Amino acid sequence: MTSALETADNPQDMKRIVIEPLTRVEGHGKVTLLQGSNRSIQQARLHITEFRGFEKFIQGRPYWELPVLVQRLCGICPVSHHLAAAKATDMIVGASELTPTAEKIRRLMHFGQTLQSHALHFFHLCSPDLLFGFDDDIRHRNIVGIIEDSPEIARQGVLLRKYGQEVIRITSGKRIHGTGAIPGGINKSLTQKEIRYLQGDIGQMIAWSQGALELLKKVFFEHYNYHLGFGSIESNMMSMIRADGAFELYHGGLRARDRNGESIFDHNDYRNYDQYIRESVKDWSYMKFPFISALGQENGWYRVGPLARVNNCDFFSTPLAEEARKEFIAIGDGKPVQSTLGYHWARLIELLHCAEAIAELLGDRDLVGKELRNMGNLQSSGTGVIEAPRGTLFHHYEIDELGIVTKASLIVSTTNNNQAMNESIRKVANQYLDGHRLTEALLNQVEVAIRAYDPCLSCATHAIGKMPMELNLCDDDGELIDRLEKRADGRISRTI
Amino acid sequence: MSIRNTPAPVLVLTWGNPSRGDDALGPALYDLLVQHKSETGELDHVDVFTDFQLQIEHAVDIEKRQLVIFVDAGVTNPEPFSFQQLQPQRDDSFTSHAMSPASVLAVYQQVKQENPPPAFLLTIRAYEFGLGKEMSSHARANLEAAFSFILTKITRLGAEPQNTQTV
Repeated sequence: MTSALETADNPQDMKRIVIEPLTRVEGHGKVTLLQGSNRSIQQARLHITEFRGFEKFIQGRPYWELPVLVQRLCGICPVSHHLAAAKATDMIVGASELTPTAEKIRRLMHFGQTLQSHALHFFHLCSPDLLFGFDDDIRHRNIVGIIEDSPEIARQGVLLRKYGQEVIRITSGKRIHGTGAIPGGINKSLTQKEIRYLQGDIGQMIAWSQGALELLKKVFFEHYNYHLGFGSIESNMMSMIRADGAFELYHGGLRARDRNGESIFDHNDYRNYDQYIRESVKDWSYMKFPFISALGQENGWYRVGPLARVNNCDFFSTPLAEEARKEFIAIGDGKPVQSTLGYHWARLIELLHCAEAIAELLGDRDLVGKELRNMGNLQSSGTGVIEAPRGTLFHHYEIDELGIVTKASLIVSTTNNNQAMNESIRKVANQYLDGHRLTEALLNQVEVAIRAYDPCLSCATHAIGKMPMELNLCDDDGELIDRLEKRADGRISRTI
Repeated sequence: MSIRNTPAPVLVLTWGNPSRGDDALGPALYDLLVQHKSETGELDHVDVFTDFQLQIEHAVDIEKRQLVIFVDAGVTNPEPFSFQQLQPQRDDSFTSHAMSPASVLAVYQQVKQENPPPAFLLTIRAYEFGLGKEMSSHARANLEAAFSFILTKITRLGAEPQNTQTV
């Protein structure tokens, strides 16, 4: 697995181009391309300046606050942190398993959040790139263009996302800062009225999810070689898996396969993840680089998220998603699908599965059950792992005798994809920027590769007037020679 | 989609992260309004929502309203707050964690194929946004002023609901 461009031979002789922050990606990131004298891209790095101070934020708080507290780490996927922390605190309170009611309501909440997250990404973030092309007028590269040209698609996206959030609201008790999952279980079950309310629209959600998947496939196959090759890299893949090999988002063992689909490990107990996953640091990035320890730092990096999950699972438990999985896997010709833009396809298979799974769960009588919580003997540590919309999410906590958190360790989904995103950037830089004059359209292609991973670089701080996009150009000596700033309202100004 | 019961004529929609210093201004105003409604039994004509961020689905929340007031923290507006009317605007601010209120109105306009209700933006001056930081004292003072201001506005609307265009 090449890392040839990570460090160029003579970076001091190169021109540095910085894209900051990324548009249509959660939070702030910065891409640095070092350009040699012949305009070829010699070095490419994704700098992420987030996920700092989270552990400190958590330390010193009582463990029972964790499922609520951690939602404030990220405004993008608070439910993922809510559930991962709840699973960790299940261990802490000695609840070796949940009641059927508690587990199914948590699963319903998780399907709801994954559905709304995936719907936003397709209809809002990535859909414009796929539908209208990367070189299209910028007006047509975001939801504004979609709405203008296809208001019905936009409406479906808005309502799919809204439906997922209604599932979250009903299962967690609130629109945000939900308290549904607590150590050892949940704090309320559903009422028949709530279930009927959600059942009212789920058929439509399944139909719209199918429609989105068909639309994506149509676009993918219309430019098949392009979508297959754009930013594609050979990687290992890791994801959670059910005991019988089925696709799993909430609870199971961990499976890792190599670039050829051969097993690296299977059904590993996630509570011992630190025995087979390690993290390295690099002096140019604040974000760590996880890797499978048995393969070493150079070869052990991996991808997580929809592409890994759909590749890794043996089957989906719902019929429409399973049918879609078979069609997707077929393009790999016996090997894992390594297409980076295949993330979009896999994400919509998951969207469809979530809609189907919600429909199934809403017919389950356990949702109205009264046994909400299990408790056992208090433990000194706990680990919770789930498949968040963007990939595997690890939470680990240690507490003292008073129940106060003394240590918190998190590996978030985007961190798991850190090396992979860098690899995809380098691939795109080589494919599309080498030897060309740099343009906004070309630079956008770098962002398209990153967006495929749906990274969450969230700071969840978004006050009006605080989100400039900055584009810097530095010469061979590192001197800034040009800078463009884009304000939140879209105005662009030259500030040098 | 039949999301909820009949909405109140006025919606106050705040957003921000309560654990990021002055980014909590929006949620803090939400808390004050909810507390006021609870303690006084007033403002039945007002719904108050809060969220981490503004997003496309909030176009659904403004359906069937007579007036919408968005509330956020800001770093470029005058102290202690600014208040301005909004128009639907298809700007390029669609970084997904930062959709502008004007863009939400534009989504509403296109999806519903009708004009959105009259909408205003209350921007409370903010200063610090660190994770785990308390709200700054300056921001707290601005919050008090903004709360007093919006309470007067929406209370008056209860008595004169026809005046939403000139709030």
